[in-house]
Formats: sequence, structure tokens, C-alpha cells
Amino acid sequence: MSLLSLKGVSLSFAGSRVLDGVNFDVPPNQIVSLIGPNGAGKTSLFNCITGFYKPQQGSISLDGVETLRLKPHQVTQLGIARTFQNVRLFRQMSVLENVMSGMHCRTSAGIIDAILRLPSQRREEAEIKDFAEGCLTFVGITEGWDRDATTLPYGWQRRVEIARALATKPRLLLLDEPAAGLTSGEKQELIELIRRIRTERDISVLLIEHDIELVMSLSERVSVLDHGVMIAEGTPKEVQANPRVIEAYLGVEEDSLGL
Amino acid sequence: MAELPTRPSAWGGLSTILDTPAKRGIAIVVILVAMVVAPLVLGQYATVILTNALLYVVLALGLNIVVGYAGLLDLGFAAFFAVGAYTVGIATLHYGLNFWLALPLAVFFAMIAGVIIGTPTLRLRSDYLAIVTLGFGEIVRIAARNLRETGGATGLSGIESPWLFGWHIRTPLDFYYVFCVLAIIAVLVSVRLANSRLGRAWLYVRHDEDAAEAMGIDRVRVKLAAYVVGAVYGAIGGAFFAANLGAISPNSFSFQQSVLILMAVILGGMGKIPGVILGAFIVILAPELLRDFGDLRLFIFAVGLLLIMLFRPSGIWPVRGKR
Amino acid sequence: MGAFDIFTQQLVNGIVLGSFYALVALGYTMVFGVVKLLNFAHGDLYMVGGFAGFLILSFLAPFLGPGWLGVAVSMVFAMIAVGIIGVVIERVAYAPMLSAPRLSILITALAVSLVLQNGMLTITRGQYVTFGADLGFGGINLGNLYINYKQIVLVGVSIVLMAGLELFVSRTQYGRAMRAVSVDKDMSRLMGINVSRVIAGTFFLGSALAAAAGTMAGAYYGSLWYFMGFLIGLKAFTAAVIGGIGSIPGAMLGGLILGLLESFGTQLPGVGSEWKDVFSFSVLILVLVFKPTGLLGKPEQERM
Repeated sequence: MSLLSLKGVSLSFAGSRVLDGVNFDVPPNQIVSLIGPNGAGKTSLFNCITGFYKPQQGSISLDGVETLRLKPHQVTQLGIARTFQNVRLFRQMSVLENVMSGMHCRTSAGIIDAILRLPSQRREEAEIKDFAEGCLTFVGITEGWDRDATTLPYGWQRRVEIARALATKPRLLLLDEPAAGLTSGEKQELIELIRRIRTERDISVLLIEHDIELVMSLSERVSVLDHGVMIAEGTPKEVQANPRVIEAYLGVEEDSLGL
Repeated sequence: MAELPTRPSAWGGLSTILDTPAKRGIAIVVILVAMVVAPLVLGQYATVILTNALLYVVLALGLNIVVGYAGLLDLGFAAFFAVGAYTVGIATLHYGLNFWLALPLAVFFAMIAGVIIGTPTLRLRSDYLAIVTLGFGEIVRIAARNLRETGGATGLSGIESPWLFGWHIRTPLDFYYVFCVLAIIAVLVSVRLANSRLGRAWLYVRHDEDAAEAMGIDRVRVKLAAYVVGAVYGAIGGAFFAANLGAISPNSFSFQQSVLILMAVILGGMGKIPGVILGAFIVILAPELLRDFGDLRLFIFAVGLLLIMLFRPSGIWPVRGKR
Repeated sequence: MGAFDIFTQQLVNGIVLGSFYALVALGYTMVFGVVKLLNFAHGDLYMVGGFAGFLILSFLAPFLGPGWLGVAVSMVFAMIAVGIIGVVIERVAYAPMLSAPRLSILITALAVSLVLQNGMLTITRGQYVTFGADLGFGGINLGNLYINYKQIVLVGVSIVLMAGLELFVSRTQYGRAMRAVSVDKDMSRLMGINVSRVIAGTFFLGSALAAAAGTMAGAYYGSLWYFMGFLIGLKAFTAAVIGGIGSIPGAMLGGLILGLLESFGTQLPGVGSEWKDVFSFSVLILVLVFKPTGLLGKPEQERM
């Protein structure tokens, strides 16, 4: 049974079709990549999965639970977390505070608990802090937790974002172009990290990526989206050899050469 | 292992000077002693002014939660102030209720008002929210001016001063101490909320509400919580305001009032508690010092606000250096 | 007066009122279109326009008289003057803030509004100021209905101004640039449009229209007050929202609708003139909650 299942998802914006009848599955405990030329609709698909866009047609379910009607925060509570294409850490807040945001939906202390500083609230605060620190250590950030998160070097910020998503205790992690702007050394570390996320934390990972090498070495499954349509799915090798995929990419490459 | 990071500490920029618990303890003692002694040293007139300033501290801290933490521009905060004051007025005058029973009633009504106003409007974008809250503020004021129960344009008078375990809270000095206690409670509650899960959630939503949603935070509920908590502050301020003055009229709950409270929040530095306290004092004391300028005072305030927004949006209170 | 007479009288009142609202709403909507900001100070530009008209008229009256000619010329000068003030405000207060968090720019706009209001409060000491126009009380009779010339001219001028604006926006290159900027600012810049000039121009036009409304209000109602911009600002915003914020025809339509709603609304049992404003604000809130895009606005699907 799939962990994440999309059936016939179609999305239109002001008359233009962004996604067209997309069928897509992410099996449990796997690393799946979603690739495709620019403008193919990949981030839109992410936004549909996480509840920010509402597709006009189709169904999306996580472990059998329909998520289409849910608000984004409910989708996260259900177990889907994400990072963003442009890193969106909370400004003027520390690295640790950023990661702690993930724990909000897993905890429950309210106004009165906070005002009275009940023992249960203080325990919960310690728990939040500990788990957040654990996530930071897991992604390889062991110091500078007090620093303003946006003052970190870019590569580190990306890792903080991942730690933040991990703090929501997800079952499925969506990474939107996690390798963009990273050095090759950092990319290698990213590959290690994603593998550890899958193996050590038992979290499925779905990533959008343009770095084909990274995709091929990391993923167990690759799906290719072009102009809102899923044109191929399979192992990295299968997809690489698929003529439709080659055409989709070659077509774009010619244009980009022209630019 | 890092210490649990509190928001730039409650002391803001002063935390570099007051860096040990001992120093902070001394500072607190000094402040408390000053508060107790002030009226004796400064005389009755100054005491009344200080009482007003303390009222504004409570109100501004409440609005600070809405604007400074959650980032919601509320231009109608005086509405909650009005709800608190009029509930106490009506309950004690028309229904013979004891003040201490009217007080929770006032809080209750303010919370209801907060939920009713907030639920449909908090999901609007910030510009619209500002105007809608302004509209609500006006609606409450106009209603207060036109309804019989609220005494119409002349308002209510003859509100009894409360008794507390045999202490008749009657004189300006009595009320000064009452407001001291209120202000202290307001500060404590604000500090605790700021350092809590909810306080952080407010900041997450304020800085990037979509990212906050993506992290599983229900932004509407979080905003509503800020709005209702702010309403409670406003209502408590209003309730004691009514008891203090003994008479209230719709003029105290106008848009100008909402703006004045907002100025207190901003001048000192949105979100920073000591800054807001300073702002409250500035807003109340400056008119006294600028008394000779008459109507020019408001103009000076407005220009000051504009200059602050253009050149020092973090407010007057010294900001702790970037960590 | 029979019911029909009341109806027609309120119809006229509504159209007159609606003209004011529409003129001011246009400024709101145009500025919102290009900078995505609700200019809080806009209502106060209406007030400033009224006072500018008054000032210019008192200057010109010895030469042109306080009648139609004097008022007309004063209005034109007031429009230009306040248009410039609008641009100055945009350059000084808003342009530097465009990259700041939303909350900051809103508060800045509020600050500008307060500066204008309190500035005028200081100058006038909060007193009502007589406008000083002498436009007579003549009018025409249509059965039981009496429409005075002031009303006719007011509505007429408003229509001319609005038609002029609509033509400008749809026919001229500048107008096309305005529309381009309101759809996609960055793309417009890439296409070579001088975005900051377009924004300045938009502020000029919007402020000038508000000033026209302000001067006409002074001439029509006879007096000016430092706080008059506050209420008109809220009403005009309501009108813009009803019609669909960002849409120029929407602002005109919304203004008319609000004017009529208010006029007829005061005839409802229980809604006297004291509750008139509450009625309008309630309309605002209902529209924002249930149909925030208004009648002619484009539905906003936020792209992440």
C-alpha cells in the first residue's frame, strides 16, 4: 500500500492547466524524486499535496486518509512536512526557535498552562527543546543554535529547514530543490542525510530536484512531470532511457541555449 | 547544550548591562520601591498621571500581543476597552452587581467580542484587517453613543468604587496602587506568554504565516488567541478605568484612543515589553510636558510616529545587538 | 411626500453621495492596484483637497468671484496641488518602505494619515471652517422632486472626471503602463516600464481625484473639518471593496452602490442618521467576509 497516493489530480489557475490528471504514488520508506523541466508543475504538485493549493479534481491521500479538503496545518499534523524552494526560515528568530516551530503541532500547552507555568507545561517545553536539539544534531548542526537563523551560511540554512521539517515528526518529507546552490561537497552530505532520514527515522522522502546526478544516485524511484502531465515513472535507469523524458529535456535545453 | 532561548530577553537592550540574575533582581527591587514611593514624593497630581500611565501600560501590553507578537494591525482596540468599562458600568449601575462580579463578566464579554469579531476577519489580509478592526471600533463607539443602556452621548456616571476585604478603593492613591498591581500582573503574564509555545507560534505566524502553516501551526487559531488575549487585557483595563473614574462616556473609546494605545506600542518598540512600557509612559507624560503646545501635541506625536517608522522602526528602546 | 417622492429624493441623494465615494474610491483602488497598499492617508487627501480649494478660492475670489468660475478654477488648482502632495508622500513615506514587512508600511500609512489630520487640527484648532463659495440655491423641478444645480454639476463633474480617467487608463500609453504594473510589477520593469514613475503618476491621479471630491464637498456642504477625511476614507474603502479592489469601474460602481445603500438605508425602520455609519461599516464587514473580491474584482489565488 502506498504511503502517499494521488489520483487524477488536476489543477488550473486562471484558465491555464497546471496539473492534468496526475497519478502518483510514494511507497512507504522510499526515496522518490520528482523531476521535470522548469514550469512543469512540480512545486504546484507539492503545494497540492501539502494543502496550499486545492486541485479542482482528483484525490490525494496519506495512508488511506483523504487530504484534499484539509487545511495545510492539518496536512502537516497528519504527517507530511516540507521545505521550500527559497529557504523560508523565520527571520529574527534563532536556529533553535526555528526548529522548535515544528513541535508546535505535536504539543498542546495552552494559554493558561503558559501563564501559570504548570509543571506539565514546563515538562513540555523541555521536551520541545530536547527534540529540536536532537533534530539539529541529526542534520549535523551542533552549535550556533542561538544565532539568528538567517545569518547562517546558505547551506546550513537549508539544513536547518530540514531539521525544522523533521521536528514535525512526519511520515513523509517533501524537499523542494534541496540541493540548489550547494557545493558538491555539501551535495554529498545532503545525499547522506536524506538516506539517514529514510533509514534511521523511517521517513519517506519525496524530492523535487534539477541536479540529475544527485537524483540518479539517491532515488529508488523517479517520476517525471512535464507540462503538468506525468510522462514517466520507474527506476532511475529506466527513466533515463525513456525517450519521452529525453525529448522533454532536450526540447527545453535547446530553448535554454537560445537564452 | 544551549539554554532555552527566550525571546531577546524581556529587558531588551538593557540586558547587556543587567546581565546577571543578581543585577536584574536589584533592578526589579529598585523599580518596585520607586513605584511604591512615587506618589508620596511626587504629590497627588503626579499620582493621577502615573495611574493613567499604568492603565496605558496594561492596555498597550494587551495591544502588543496583538500587534507586536502576532503582527495583526488592530485599529479598533478601544472597542475592548469600551466593553470592559461599559460592562462594569451597566452591571453595577443597572443591575446592582458587585464590581468583583462585574469584572469577570467584562472579561467574558470581551472574549466573546474577540471571538465574534476575530473569527471572520482574522483570515483577511493585513490591510483589510486593519480597516475592519477600525470599523468595529467605530461601531462599538457609535453604539455606545446611541443606546439607552450605555447612557447615550453622556455616558454613565455614579459608578461605585469597589471594596476589597474591607478596603474601600476610593482615593487616587488607592487606585494608583491597584493599577500598579495590574501593571505588574500584565507584565508577568506577557513575559510568560512570550516565552511559551503560543508566544513562539505568534512570532512564527507574524514572520511568515505560510511557513508557519506548513509547520503545522493553525494560523487562524493562533491569531484568534492573540486577539482574545489582547481583548482580555483591554477589558480589565476598561473595568478598572470605569471604577476609577466613576463615570464613562463614549469619547474615551474613539479611534483616537485606539491610535494612542497603538502609538504606545510602537514608540517603545513593537513586541519588546520594556519598550511598550516606556511607550505608554511617553504617550501619557508627553502631553503633560507639552501642555503649552495644545493641539500641536498630537501633531508632534504623529510626526514622531512617522519618523520612527521611517528611521527606527524598532522603537526608542535600545535594541540588543544582533546575536 | 408620498413614498415615490421619498424614493426619488433618496435616489438623488444617493447618486450625489455616491459620486463623492466613487471619486475617492478610485484613488484607493488605483494605488492598491500598483503598489498593493491601502493608503490610509487617502481619505485625508480628500480633506486636504477641501482645504486647498478653500485656500485657493479665498485667494481667487476677489478676481473671479466666489461663484461657479471661482470654485471651478480653485478645484483645478487644488487638484494639482494635492496631486503633488500625494506624490511627495509616496516618495518620502512609502517608496522607502516597500521592502519592509507589511505591518511596517501599514503603520507608516497610518502615521501619514495622522500627520495630515493632526496638522490640520492644529491649524484650524478643530473648528469647522466655512468654505465660502456662493453657488446659489437654484435648481430644477421635476414634479415633486427638486434637484438643485449644485447636485447636477457635482454629479456631472464627477462623471466627467471618471470618464476622463477611464479613457486615460484604457487609451493612453501611460494608462497601459499603469495596468501592466498592477498586474505584474517585476515583469513591467523588465519590459522597460519606468515603474516608479508610473507609481508616482498613479498617486498623482488618485490624490487629484480625492482633492476634486474634497473641494466639491466644501462647496456643496459649505464647511470643512479636519476630521472629515476619516469617515470618507472608510466609506470610500467600503465602496472600493464592494466594487472589487483594484478595479476602476468597480470603484465607480461601488461608490454608486454605497451611496444608494446609505441613502435608502436611512429610510429603514430603526436606522436613523445616527446609525447610518454603523450600517455602512456593517456592509463593509459583510462584503469582506463573504465576497472579498467584490463585484468586479479578480479572484486572487495566491501563488506560493
